[in-house]
Amino acid sequence: MRLQVATRLALYAILELASDPDRQFSATEIADRFGISVNHLSKVLRSLGRAGLVEAVRGAGGGYRFVGNAKRITLLDLIRLFEDVDSSGEGGREAADATPEGRVLGSVLEEIEDITRVTLSSISVATMLKLIAAERHPQRKPEGVVPLFGG
Amino acid sequence: MPPRNAAAAEATLSTRPAEPSDLPVVIALDAEITGLAKEQYWKEQYEWYGRKRLDRFFIIAESDGTPVGFIVGEIRAWEFGSSPSGWIFAVNVKPDARLQGVASLLVDTICACFRLAGVSTVRTMVRKDQTLLTSFFRSQGMRAGPFIELEKSL
Repeated sequence: MRLQVATRLALYAILELASDPDRQFSATEIADRFGISVNHLSKVLRSLGRAGLVEAVRGAGGGYRFVGNAKRITLLDLIRLFEDVDSSGEGGREAADATPEGRVLGSVLEEIEDITRVTLSSISVATMLKLIAAERHPQRKPEGVVPLFGG
Repeated sequence: MPPRNAAAAEATLSTRPAEPSDLPVVIALDAEITGLAKEQYWKEQYEWYGRKRLDRFFIIAESDGTPVGFIVGEIRAWEFGSSPSGWIFAVNVKPDARLQGVASLLVDTICACFRLAGVSTVRTMVRKDQTLLTSFFRSQGMRAGPFIELEKSL
């Protein structure tokens, strides 16, 4: 699966902003962090603002901050703001779709897309932040819980 | 006294092995969620998983000493060509006790049991439409594994 550029920018921006929701980040700061166009990112941030996920803070020291619920907002929620992940295929229906071959091919592709949607809808922003933290510190394991049996 | 785990942030949460006296709570909690009171089923589950063996686990979570959730799992080996791994079959938390870390403590506890028993992988299976449950397991660091479930209508 390949996400469109605007979608990827939105995901990077949300993950950066949600990593410290009390802090305001400038668009330039986020763009520099990921090596992306600040102009394109600014448009994406405005879309995220209209969706109620980020808040623009004006004035000196202003910027953007995350105002969504990181435990409830999923990757699918974010991706759907920028692209259609619910319709099968590109370019509309074709005559061959009605043939047995077309129907079987369509059902196989739908199976793949269904797994994609289920996966994206099960991963929240909070889970992504946990995975990113684990990527940064791969050795950390849960502490303080002991087995109840044996020992 | 059986061993217990207390959650670091929530001192009122703890886990312990299930006892026969927990069955009415487990049955009621399951019925509250699924709409079906499966008394005989849970009695059989307790017989199989609740005997405090080193490869089968039936664990209760308590909040202030009151049972609020449970988790059931076991270590299985060589099914579908898999080396020994821990399987979580059921996890359930009372709706009014959710979002307090109960299910996370239950998963951490059963994973500690699995680890002690020598396995390094934990698995579960979730219906595709159970988004909340899938999200929970994802939040625990679980992700798609090397197996895909396949089926057909008969």
